[in-house]
Amino acid sequence: MIELRNVHKAFGSNQVLRGVDLTIPSGTSMVIIGGSGTGKSVALKCVLGLIRHDSGQILLDGQDVTTGDRDAFLARFGMLFQGGALFDSLPVWQNVAFRLLRGSLKRPRAEAREIAIEKLRRVGLKPEQADKFPAELSGGMQKRVGLARAICAEPEIIFFDEPTTGLDPIMSGVINDLIREIVTEMGATAMTITHDMTSVRAIADNVAMLHDGVIKWTGPVAQMDDSGDPYLDQFIHGRATGPIEAVR
Amino acid sequence: MRLVTALLGRLGAQVLGMLAAVGRVTLFAIQTVTHLLRPPFYAREFGHALVQIGWLSLPVVGMTALFTGGALALQIYAGGARFNAETVVPSIVAIGLTRELGPVLGGLMVAARVASSIAAEIGTMKVTEQIDALTTLSTNPMKYLTLPRVLAATLAVPLLVGVGDVIGIMGGFLVGVGRLDFGAGTYLHNTLDFLETWDVVSGMIKGAVFGFIVALMGCYYGMNSGRGAQGVGRATKAAVVAASVLILASNYILTELFFSA
Repeated sequence: MIELRNVHKAFGSNQVLRGVDLTIPSGTSMVIIGGSGTGKSVALKCVLGLIRHDSGQILLDGQDVTTGDRDAFLARFGMLFQGGALFDSLPVWQNVAFRLLRGSLKRPRAEAREIAIEKLRRVGLKPEQADKFPAELSGGMQKRVGLARAICAEPEIIFFDEPTTGLDPIMSGVINDLIREIVTEMGATAMTITHDMTSVRAIADNVAMLHDGVIKWTGPVAQMDDSGDPYLDQFIHGRATGPIEAVR
Repeated sequence: MRLVTALLGRLGAQVLGMLAAVGRVTLFAIQTVTHLLRPPFYAREFGHALVQIGWLSLPVVGMTALFTGGALALQIYAGGARFNAETVVPSIVAIGLTRELGPVLGGLMVAARVASSIAAEIGTMKVTEQIDALTTLSTNPMKYLTLPRVLAATLAVPLLVGVGDVIGIMGGFLVGVGRLDFGAGTYLHNTLDFLETWDVVSGMIKGAVFGFIVALMGCYYGMNSGRGAQGVGRATKAAVVAASVLILASNYILTELFFSA
C-alpha cells in the first residue's frame, strides 16, 4: 500500500503540493487526474524519490520511502515515462532488459534477450523490432517498448506517467487496454497520471483529482460521474466555466 | 549611498553565486572520484567512452599537432635568425610541443569536441527523463554516465598528447627539412639530444588533468542542464567555456609546479 500524508513540495516560491493525502491499496489501480501543471508528475516523482518532498510522509507498506535500502525499494517499481525515456544509444531489447543486464537482477545476456523479446511480444511488438534503435520506432511503438521495460522485471508497483499523451485515439486505446490487462494479470499496484478521460475509464479502479496542490476528490471510478464535486465535474466534462480557472 | 549599497549587494551576490558554483563542481568531482572505489563498475560504458573520447579524437588532435609543429618551426626559425640561432629550431619545437603546446592545444581541441558532446548527450538525456529512467531502473547515473567518461578522458588524453607530440615533432621535421634546409639526420639528432623524459612526462600529466577537467565539465553541465533545447544549448556552451578556461588556468598552475625555479 502506498500512502501520501500531508505531502508538501515547493520549487522556490511556487508551492506545487500543499498537503496531498492519498492512499493506494495494494493490487489496485489509482489514476490521478488534474489539469496541466497541477503537480501530478511531481507527486509521482516524490513517491519514487526522484524529487525530495519538503514535508509530510510517503509510506510504502508502512515504511517511509526516504529510509531503508534504496536499491531494494526501486527494484519493486516499474515506470512508464511520458516520452518513453528510452535510451537512444541502446537497441530496443537492451532497453527492455536494462535491469536484467546489470545490478542485483543480472541474468546471462542470452536469457535477458529472450525475456526482453517475450515482453515485447506481450506488448504487441514483433521480435524483429528487438534489434532496432528507439529512434527507428514510431511514437506508439516507443510507448510499447517503454511499457515492456516497465514490466520486464515483474515489479509489484507500476507507475504510468501520461501513458497516452501524443498518441492517436486508436493507439491510445491499445495502450490503455494493454495497461489494464497487464496490471490485472500481474496483480500489480498501479498509479497512473493522466488528463485523458478515456484512459481514466479504461485503467482506473479508483480516481483522485488533484487541484491547487491538494486532492479535491477521491473515490471509485464508478462514482466519478455522480460525485457532486464541482471541480471533478468541470474536469471530466471539459467545461470552460466552473471553479477551475481556464487560464492558469 | 543607496546606489553604493545596491552595487555592493550585487557584487556580493555575484561572488556568492560563483563560490556556490565552485562548491557544487567540487562536490560533483569528489562524488565522481568516490564512485571509482565502490562497485559496480560499468566496463562496457567505460570501453565505449574510451573509443569516443580517445580514439575518435585522434584525427583532430593529430591535425592540430601537425600544423602547430610546422608553424612553430617557421616562427622559431624566423625569430632565431635575428640572433643567428636558427639551429635551435628542432630542440625548441620539441620542448615547446611536449611541455606546452601539445597538452594545451590538444586539451582545448578535446574540450571543444568532447565536453560539448558529453554535455549535449547527458543534457538531452536529462530533458527527456532518461536520467530519471536510469534511477528508477536502480542504476546510479553518476556511476553509469559520469564515472566511465571521466575515467576514460583522464586515461585517454595523456595518450592523445603523447601521440600528438610525435605528430607535432614530425610537422616541425617536415617544415625544417622541406622548407628550412635542415638535414633530416641533423634535425632528428638535435631533437632527441635536447629532449628530456620529463618534458614528455610533464606534458602527459597535464593531459591527464585536462582530460579529467573536460569530461567533468561536460558531465556536470549536462546533469544540470535546463529544460528544452535552449537549456541543452546553454549547458553545452557552458561546458566548453568552463573546460577551456580551467585548462588554461590549471596549465599555469601545473607549469609553476613543474618548472618554476
